[in-house]
Amino acid sequence: MTTAMNAPVNLAAPPPRKLRVATTSLAGCFGCHMSLLDIDERILTLLDLVEFDRSPITDIKHCGPCDLGIIEGGLCNAENVHVLREFRNHCKIILALGACAINGGLPAQRNHLDLRDVLEEVYQTEVGLSHGGIPNDPELPLPLNKVHPIHEVVKVDYFLPGCPPPADAIWKLLTDLLAGRTPTLGHGLMHYD
Amino acid sequence: MNETQTFQLDGEDIPFAPGQSIMQAATAHGAYIPHLCWHPDFAAHGSCKLCTVKVNGRFGSSCTMAAQAGMSVENRTAELDDKRRTLLQMLFVEGNHFCPSCEKSGNCALQATAYELKMMSPHFDMFYPDRPVDASHPDVLLDFNRCIMCSLCVTASAEVDGKNIFYMGGRGLLGRRVHVSSESGRLGDTNFALSDRAASICPVGVILPKRRGFAVPIGERKYDKAPISAQVKERV
Repeated sequence: MTTAMNAPVNLAAPPPRKLRVATTSLAGCFGCHMSLLDIDERILTLLDLVEFDRSPITDIKHCGPCDLGIIEGGLCNAENVHVLREFRNHCKIILALGACAINGGLPAQRNHLDLRDVLEEVYQTEVGLSHGGIPNDPELPLPLNKVHPIHEVVKVDYFLPGCPPPADAIWKLLTDLLAGRTPTLGHGLMHYD
Repeated sequence: MNETQTFQLDGEDIPFAPGQSIMQAATAHGAYIPHLCWHPDFAAHGSCKLCTVKVNGRFGSSCTMAAQAGMSVENRTAELDDKRRTLLQMLFVEGNHFCPSCEKSGNCALQATAYELKMMSPHFDMFYPDRPVDASHPDVLLDFNRCIMCSLCVTASAEVDGKNIFYMGGRGLLGRRVHVSSESGRLGDTNFALSDRAASICPVGVILPKRRGFAVPIGERKYDKAPISAQVKERV
């Protein structure tokens, strides 16, 4: 008969604290988040090691103290800058994930155009649209004059290029970081497209 | 009897013929020295500075410096690759290099060199210069956003095609790029042809044939298969 007295005592160290990870998509298309989900069943292994803070996956609205902040997308409006600064203030490590976070990407294609011309064409002069006027609701974040990559506003610790970065590259980078190694990508995982 | 002369490139003996540059000898031997403006078919231009090596402790452009017996040349050291990566980052921020929407992606020497040198970010602030494209030619599109000023098209058009269609021009950091020498400045007003050597020489995505879009799937393009450093002989 087993009693509490002679029950085996677990002398092993307690499991390490799970690292807290926050993610967000700024001026991006959520493609990088889709690529994160493309790690498939490895997400179960990941969830043994990390827990998600603010993220589209958890729907938590604000970032608490985190070990890693993953930023998809560049900066196209004032709210993007606000969110990015919130991440930088709360995360020990910031990762720029994907082409848009790194060089502005597709949203930055508007950078050689005048912002007012763009808004007027989209909301007022373009044939077939309702011509409702340029939206001016105070709830809407103001667009920036140009789209910027995130490293122009905050210090970024790691960059993972790709449009989107392959799931295997995201996995390689996350597992390297979790193991305390400097992340490296070999040929085949590094893509700018 | 004339014994083969050699120099040392990162500790490896590289044979050379008299008159060959360090770059020519290394390339013939299959050794990779990063470069963008050098092409085996043409005289060295010496402008991109990516091929800078250290010869007996001093910096020099390997494409313009003659190989000499007994030289000790440093090539892929951390010091030199760090400087090369910085040069690449400056090229990336001075133009508009958006790989996902570029037809040349996967076959681009600039992109492949950046992969080789592990360029993870542009590092500097982006310039986003305003450079309109030239679609006036029936068969060829010019996208000046990607010009890295290697001037290979200038040389090829002048020396092989005998047409002098391109020239380097413009002023300042953002104005300088390749230009078209017709009076209108448009390629459609020249006798440029898709069969010209200059039409296939561009290492990046400035000179592109029309009506051909992403013909080779991702995974099978030139630099998907092997890094640029493993394709030295194929490029000759």
